[in-house]
Order: sequence, then structure tokens, then C-alpha cells
Amino acid sequence: MTTVPVSAAKDVVAPGRGGVGDSVLRPDGTLKVTGEFAYASDLWIDGMLFGVTLRSPHARARIRSIDVGPALAVPGVEAVLTHEDVPGRKVYGLEHADQPVLAIGEVRHQGEPIALVAADHPETARHAAEQIRVGWEVLEPITDARAVIADPDSLRVQDRGGIARHQPVRVGDMVAARARAEVVVSGDFSVGIQDQAFLGPESGLAVPGEDGGIDLFVATQWLHNDLRQIAPCLGLPDEKVRMTLAGVGGAFGGREDLSMQIHAGMLALRTGRPVKIVYNRYESFFGHVHRHPALMRYEYGATRDGRILYADAEIVLDGGAYTSSTLAVVANAASLGLGPYEIPNIEIDAYGVYTNNPPCGAMRGFGAVQACFAYESMMDRLGEACGVGPVEIRRINAVGQGSKLATGQVIDSPAPLADMLTRLEAMPLPAPPDTADLRNLPGGVSQTTHGEGVARGVGYGVGIKNICFSEGFDDYSTARVRLEVVGGEATAVVHTAAAEVGQGLVTLQAQIARTELGVDRVVIQPADNGVGDAGSSSASRQSYMTGGAVKAACEAVRADVLALARERLGGTYEDLSLIGGKVVSASAGALAEIADVLGDRVVEQTREYHHRPTVAMDPVTGQGDTHVQLALCVHRAVVDVDVELGLVKVVELAAVQDVGKIMNRLSLEGQIHGGSAQGLGLALMEEIVVQDGLVRNPSFTDYLIPTILDMPPMRLDILESPDPAAPYGLRGAGEPPTLSSTPAIVAAVRDATGRALTRVPIRPEHICR
Amino acid sequence: MRVRFSVNDREQVADDVWEGESLLFVLRERLGLPGAKNACEQGECGSCTVYLDGVPVCACLVAAGQAQGREVRTVEGLASADGLAPVQQAFAECGAVQCGFCTPGLLVQADDLITRVPDPSDAEIREALAGNLCRCTGYEKILEAVRRAAELKAAGR
Repeated sequence: MTTVPVSAAKDVVAPGRGGVGDSVLRPDGTLKVTGEFAYASDLWIDGMLFGVTLRSPHARARIRSIDVGPALAVPGVEAVLTHEDVPGRKVYGLEHADQPVLAIGEVRHQGEPIALVAADHPETARHAAEQIRVGWEVLEPITDARAVIADPDSLRVQDRGGIARHQPVRVGDMVAARARAEVVVSGDFSVGIQDQAFLGPESGLAVPGEDGGIDLFVATQWLHNDLRQIAPCLGLPDEKVRMTLAGVGGAFGGREDLSMQIHAGMLALRTGRPVKIVYNRYESFFGHVHRHPALMRYEYGATRDGRILYADAEIVLDGGAYTSSTLAVVANAASLGLGPYEIPNIEIDAYGVYTNNPPCGAMRGFGAVQACFAYESMMDRLGEACGVGPVEIRRINAVGQGSKLATGQVIDSPAPLADMLTRLEAMPLPAPPDTADLRNLPGGVSQTTHGEGVARGVGYGVGIKNICFSEGFDDYSTARVRLEVVGGEATAVVHTAAAEVGQGLVTLQAQIARTELGVDRVVIQPADNGVGDAGSSSASRQSYMTGGAVKAACEAVRADVLALARERLGGTYEDLSLIGGKVVSASAGALAEIADVLGDRVVEQTREYHHRPTVAMDPVTGQGDTHVQLALCVHRAVVDVDVELGLVKVVELAAVQDVGKIMNRLSLEGQIHGGSAQGLGLALMEEIVVQDGLVRNPSFTDYLIPTILDMPPMRLDILESPDPAAPYGLRGAGEPPTLSSTPAIVAAVRDATGRALTRVPIRPEHICR
Repeated sequence: MRVRFSVNDREQVADDVWEGESLLFVLRERLGLPGAKNACEQGECGSCTVYLDGVPVCACLVAAGQAQGREVRTVEGLASADGLAPVQQAFAECGAVQCGFCTPGLLVQADDLITRVPDPSDAEIREALAGNLCRCTGYEKILEAVRRAAELKAAGR
């Protein structure tokens, strides 16, 4: 029934060795280095059309009229669609369905989709889209998030009102604490809009099925949640929307929300032909949500020796026009807003607001990143005010196992923050700069001086991130595992809907199957919705959740195989396991080949894995056991700053992270390096610049991400303090490094320059004013 | 228009090419060679890097017509009958590939570097790869992979 594109995802065969804990190589590595790995933008099928999206040039405007006639008249154009052509529900969204599939009478942000064109060549489609005539009534955009909080009723961007969520946290007696404080420090901090800037643009292919349904091959982070949003809008039952993951070129949160999925589906259903949509980089900047920009006010009171007595914080997150994941981002900012420190009296107000600025949602670190910059800046201020060094002030206030978070949740597994800081401080420091070689100076070969104005600085940063979804969400994962003999060799076949986005989940699934089933050969089937929900590849949760599901399914398969073995062997062995392709008795040694025990039988089991339950934050006090697991990372940054030119060179980043269990050191180090690099980007260069709701720099020419010249060598120290609640004792690892590298770098630049630096990214004019 | 050029040692002909099409578009959409990647299509990210007459170029910045009669080598043409090229083997072994979208361009650029400079210093590697963006790896494993590729190449692999 289904026509499969020539380059659709295929089984990934992992024939090698190596179980949990080994630095196993990616099974898709060879495909990726030979150019054969099929990304979503590489999909190709006979007779396909190319779809493009007409988007709003305005941040806020009414649509008086849309005339698609001139576009339809362009030769080669097969369809032009507007909101009137949406077959089903006309809105969608991750948390609230408040986002129009195509604008209905009004646009609320620049780049909002208005109309779709399908044509036989992408340039024809683009040219036709430019012929669509839209009658605009441009309105004054609402862009001041603090103004919205002050007057949410009149500054309404959409029907839901001005404020998406206000989450307070109230702990202890602030009045008494203020009276006792011997030292008070305060600060205003802000964070610009960061973009995920994954390199593989949004893309996918929709193929109409003979049954009136549709096959979607897309790059996403969560197939099943895409499906829940797509099917109602296409007016199809879930079973008629078949989703297959196409190769994903990075994600970092930017593929949690839908982009081209419904649009390609609409064009394919209308034309009866396959339709491919690939965004270019300009469109990509408008095609996905970004990291929320933040405005933050903090005040801490402490004893003279640096023990924090109270914290008072206001965190304002601008979500743009639609809800996306703002509600959960606010929860993270509120619950983790003071970091991993013991603070007895707390007043936090975290807000997510609607404006006409670019829409914001998930990005690596998810609400914990913005607050981390503020609370770590505050720790440095407090240390300075108390005459205590940056490491010591953090150690004095550090949480440990048994400490309470701001939410009242007790940390019930290891959290060795003080020890991590001690180890970080003890790492050797890099040599002083060799100013004879310009390449070592800030600015590199573009340096116009001989390093006269260069000063070195050292800074520290600490971060805490929740792992898995919080606040009562049951984000379970499902795995189907089959053991059978293929070509004489026992082979494990693993099928999940979990998205491999580059992080190495396919590698880990194979490692777990080898460890649990004692076989070498593992086949990872393409992720699709032919198997149960795996949840999202976000919140650093897939090793924990899909790892847990694969482990559980393997254990069930193993139990069946061992039962077969007992039947065959006759004895009443109670000490059997599967090791090295054999059924092994602890007392009697190897008894049989797994392949012989299986014969032509296929043993298959499917398991769901659920994490422990959590609860929502109390709407008044913010209290509750809201998080599944917490993870810590600490960074030290060493920088050279040209204080006259405002140029920064990060000389070295050192990090200590506790991951519970190293599942694959090679992959893990890559996560820490990459996460640290994104934190460096936020500290020094990455910002979507917005003026009156309009993006000024939607290109890699003007939105800068770190190059190999910007990223310094790293020193890593990885700890393994197991979490007894998690599979193998592991702790999610992808996000924490993104939190702490930013404040460490900013602290180092402060150390070098003496500037206050209350905003990221730091710009040259902040340094040399 | 018709464009005729050699890709990975094979003569190729593309018909009905629109004058505005890039070499990248022709490779990906007309010749079935999607290895070179389309991350920015404006010469900023390096993910579409291919050899044009032996010199690394951003295929997105080369008009298809400019390739007429010339020799193109893409990531698909780096391996030989003996197996993976040193850069390919080293990138896979060293963990230099995560999502892999930047990899094809980096491989061509790195292959060019170790061909010109058999034992590059870290500063030389950084300079050579400064035009290739990677969002996943933080570049540490890429540096390691290029050092390793140089070793493999020197050892005659």
C-alpha cells in the first residue's frame, strides 16, 4: 500500500561487540562518513512535488484579504492552500492547541505561515508564493514582556491572555530572614534569544496512501506527539497517519514543535502526489521556536561568612505568541531558579508571557539555562561581598544528598557538588598565553595589536538540570525486542519510536541488547509509530527512558529464552544467564548455544518503561516532588580578553559532571563537549537580535555559532555516583554541560575585565565601554 | 541547459538545469548524490564542501554551469576500492560524528588538509576547518580525528 521513498530509513545493523559501559562506535557511523546516511532533506521519490511556505513579514497584523490567483497561474504550480483548506482542526500545539496551521485573519509573529504552494521545482514554488497577494493592516506589536505582566488584560497577543503561566515559590519567613541578613546583594540580569541552529534544516516528505491516509517521513524529536497534533489537523484517524523518522541533522529542542509536517501532509492530500518540503536557513530561523529570552531580578541575603539566608527572584520569560512548551519552561525556571544551593527562605516569581516577539519553546537546558546565568552571577557577587572565593562560596552553600530544593523536594540520590567543585579547582591551569603567535590572541589573526591589552581571567559555574519530564507527566517509553537466528547467528532486533537525533541512542540500544541478551549482532529498526510511544528525545531522558524500556524488553525476552533452555536441557537450572552467545550456568558453565536453543523460534516481547511519579508544583507555594531525577555539572573557564578591543578568547574549559554510570564514554564526552560549546555560544556570540518584533539576523552570516577556532580544548572529569532508581544507575547527561559553561565563561571575563556583565551574550561594547 | 562534468571519476550529464541552480542542487536533486549537505546554502557552514578540480569549494556557491567540463569529488567519492579513506575511518573511530550533517563537508576539508600538510599542528587544523560549522561535537573529537587521519595516511592506509 505504501510507496517507500528510495532513501527512507533502513535497519541499522550493529554487528560488533561491546555492551553497557564500553566505548562502542556508532552503528550508523560508516553510513554517515560515506554520505549514504539519508537525512530528511535527502528524501527523494518519483514524481514528488516541492512545497514552500509563505510567511508573514510583520510581527503583528490583520489579514484583510488573500489572493492566491496569481500563484495558481504560474506554470508548474499544482496547489496553493490557505487556512480554508485545512482539512481538520485548524490549530495545534504542544501544550495548548493555540497555533494556527495557517494564519486565520491575523498574524502574531514574523514568519507565521500564511499559505502553502506545491510545484514541480522548488524555485517555481518560491516564485509562485511571492505572487500571492495579501492585504495587510499592520498593527503595533506587543514586545515588552514586563509591560505585559504589568497589564496582561489590555496587552493581549492572543485569546489566552497576556500571561501563559505565573509560578510562585514561597518558602520560609522572608521578613525574619531579611532582618537577620548581614550581607545583601542584588542584580538585574538578562539573556538574549538563542537558536538551536541544528545544521539539518526542517524537512520531510509526505506520501499520500491508497487508503486515503498518509505516510510522513520527517526529522523530529517525538513521533507520537507529532502524530497527536498532525492527525486531527489533517482530519485523519491516527492509524491513517504513518510516521517514520527520517535522518535527523541535530535537534537540541528545536524539533519538539511541528514545522512542515502538517503543511506537507495537506499538500500531498490535495495533490495526490508526494510532497517534499525543505526549509532553507533563512526560513529555518522562522520555522522553529527558540530559547526564551529572560529578564531576571535577584536579591540574596546572607550571613557575613557567606551562608545564604534568603533569595528573592523574579524571572520573566518571553514565549512569543503561542504557548509551545512555555508552561514547562516556566516550571523549570521556578523550581531550579536558585540552583543547587541550600536556601531556607525563598520568594520566586517566574512568568511566561505572550508577546509578538519570535516564538520560543524548547532548547537544550529548557528554562534552567537562563536562571543559571543569574544565580551563578549572584553567587560570584555574594562571594565578593563576603570576601570568599568563587569556589568556596559555592561549596559553603552546596546541596548534597538529603538537601531540599526550592520546591521542598529532597534530593534522594547522590549530589556530590562540594566534591565536584574541589576536583574542578584542583585541575591544572593552562599555561600563560604565547603572545608571539597571533593565533593565540583574542581575535586570532585579525588581531591588530601585539597583545598589550590582553588580560587573563578565571571563572566558575555550576548548574542543575531535571532529567525526564516533570510535574506529573508520565513520559513512558516502549520497546519491542525480538531474538531470532539470522544466518546461523542469534540476532537481537530492537524496535522503538525513539528519535536518534545525533546523540547516539542507536548505539546505546545495541549496547543494552548485547549486555542483556549475550549476543553480538543487533539490528536497530527504523523509528516509527508501528510501535508504542517512546516519548521525546529531550530533557536528557532517552538513555533513562528508552534505555529502560529496551532493558525491560530484553529481560522479558531473556526469561523466555532461559525457559526454552531449561526445557531443552532437562535440568532445573536456577542460575542461567546469556553470555557470549551461549546459555551459561553459573555452576556448570556453558550449556548450549543461544542459536541452538532458539532454532527457528522467534522470541519477542514489548515493554513499557515508566519513571517514578511526580506532581505539579503547588500553584501558590511552588512546593512538590516535581522532578524525576536531577543532574549536576560544574565548569571552570579560563579566558584571555583584549580589554581594549572587547575580544574574548576562551583558552580552556574544564568540567566535572556526575553521570551516575558511564554508558559509553566516547558518546558521553561528545555530549559534554557539544553542550559546553552551546553554552559558550550563549556567553559570547549567539543571539537572535529582535527589533520591534522583527528578526535582524536570520542567517549564519549574522547569527554566529562557535567555530573550531572559538571552542577551546576541554578537560573532563566524569564521576559515577549511581542513582538507584535509574536503569544501570545512570543520570541523564546531555543538558547539564550547556547550563554551567555560560556563567563560568562570563565570570572569567568579569575576572579579566572587572566589568559587571549582566547580560549574555556579552558584546564587545560591554567590555570596552 | 545541459551540464556535463565528472563526479567521482564518472562522467555525468544533467539536463534541463535552470541557470540559477547551484552545483549543490544538481548533485543532490539531479544526480542522486545527496552526500554534500544543504545546511545554509550561502557559504557559511561548509557542509556542502566538495572538491572542484582538486580544490575544496562550497558547492552551494558554485553555479552548476561553472562545473562544465570539470572534475568534482564528493564525500561519496572519498573511499576507494580498498575501503574508507583515512579521514572517514578516523572520524568514525574517534567519535567525531554525532548527527553527522556537517561530516561530509568536514571530511573533504580535512582530506585536503592532510594531503597538503601531512602532519598538521592543532593550530593548522583549526585554521583549515574554521569554515566548517559543527553544532554537536564542540570540535574536540574532530581535532582528534584529523590527527588520527594524518597518522593513518602516513602509515599508508
